Amino acid sequence: MKPAQLLRNYFVRHVQVALNSLGRLYRSPLASLMTAAVIGIALALPSGLYLLTGNLQRLSTQWDGSASFSVFLHKTVSLQQTQALQNRLQQWPEIDSLQLITPDQALSEFRELSGFGEALDTLDENPLPFVITIKPARTQADAESVALLLEKLRTFPEVELAQLDLQWVKRFNAIVDIVRRSIWVMAALLGLAVLLITGNTIRLEIQNRRDEIAITKLIGATNGFIRRPFLYNGFWYGVMGAVVAGLLVELAFLQLHSPVRQLAGLYQSGFSLQTLSLTESLALLVAGTSLGLLGAWLAVGRHLAAIEPV
Amino acid sequence: MIRFDNVCKRYPEGKEALQGISFHLHSGAMAFLTGHSGAGKSTLLKLVALLERSTRGQLFLDGENLSRTPKRRIPYIRRKIGMIFQNYRLLFDRTVFDNVALPLVIAGYRHQGISRRVRAALDKVGLLDRERAFPIMLSGGEQQRVGIARAVVNKPPLLLADEPTGNLDPELSYDIMQLFEHFNQVGVTVLIASHDLDLISTMPYTQIILHQGRLVGSRAHNSP
Repeated sequence: MKPAQLLRNYFVRHVQVALNSLGRLYRSPLASLMTAAVIGIALALPSGLYLLTGNLQRLSTQWDGSASFSVFLHKTVSLQQTQALQNRLQQWPEIDSLQLITPDQALSEFRELSGFGEALDTLDENPLPFVITIKPARTQADAESVALLLEKLRTFPEVELAQLDLQWVKRFNAIVDIVRRSIWVMAALLGLAVLLITGNTIRLEIQNRRDEIAITKLIGATNGFIRRPFLYNGFWYGVMGAVVAGLLVELAFLQLHSPVRQLAGLYQSGFSLQTLSLTESLALLVAGTSLGLLGAWLAVGRHLAAIEPV
Repeated sequence: MIRFDNVCKRYPEGKEALQGISFHLHSGAMAFLTGHSGAGKSTLLKLVALLERSTRGQLFLDGENLSRTPKRRIPYIRRKIGMIFQNYRLLFDRTVFDNVALPLVIAGYRHQGISRRVRAALDKVGLLDRERAFPIMLSGGEQQRVGIARAVVNKPPLLLADEPTGNLDPELSYDIMQLFEHFNQVGVTVLIASHDLDLISTMPYTQIILHQGRLVGSRAHNSP
């Protein structure tokens, strides 16, 4: 036979074995589905958490960037002075927009929100200063530019306090980062679990087909020929596990979708949960398939050699 | 086809199964291997099929020294041998057709070639109409004929049979032996281990006689 034809035969045989192996799984649907479900759950846990922390990180970058901050003026600064300052600041390119909050406005808002209404009535005068809320321009919204802007604002004699508390955003990010790292540890452990699950399932399969393996060896089957259907079994388990994992994650996020939207709405944020992207779905599929294949490979390597015809 | 040169086989438990066996079975010949149970008939066949390796001496199959065959070549050597067993060794979850097709699938034949050869083999053993049946639905004699069809389907130059009629009544046994004769007549070398002396003494072929692991004689017949 010509090399091209040999190669074609080889591929035809692989496709046949792959389909046969799929057919075998189809004929025992409950057992196959259970194995796929176990693998799927093991894969879904780290992928779901990974997605969740990814969303949290996205949320925090929204905060530390476009958030506005407040500039508190000295108590002695008058309305005219404040308005003059406001007009000057309006010209700055670093500033997108600003809003003046008078002491009266601030007091009534505080009264409304804090529930200290009666206590506030006992005060002789309004203790609150003028406040200017500044929203940085979109191009100047990174942490460094904002820090520079704050520095510049502090040089004004009218300004008592100009501060954006980025500290907590940093802390939050650090926590998310730690969680992300621990997800990798968890993913490694659960990956190992997937290996063991497929390995064990394939081992049982090999035990069940002991006679068949011995007979095919007896009539001249190579180890590769005998190994192939089991490897394809592992392959399919991995594929099905990955699909189950993807579905579980999508389902879980679907459940979270509308409550998160509601919460974001309360904060006037357009934030919405992001689910698996195409690349992430592919990565999940590749991870599941490789783990299934590797598990099968390990089991086959260990157990097939032990079966010799007599 | 098969040449034994002072071959010994000792099992790990220390039992000497074969001692100093030397004989030569020419290509195209047919012979019986006889002797009591435990005389070493099965061990001898296993050495030829590389199911066991000899501890001493050399044996050749089709000019190839089997004492030196590397492990990865074993499957290819087994493809030159059609093997037939006392308990048939069929796959019970597959049809007669699929059982017979197995050696061809292993050897990588294409689909069309497989159907044609399987039908030819089933035709030779007279089971063409049972190709869709499962082995469990067949009688013992029929199962053995499926086993024979599987052994000859890829036209191997050598047939080895280990007590092929051990589970069959005399009449069926005779039919099976006639099948072997038929294959021998078209050029296949045949070696049959059997202790059914009544049957084989009626047939004009060489008998290789084993006793407690030694070759104690060989009764030559002229081919008909």
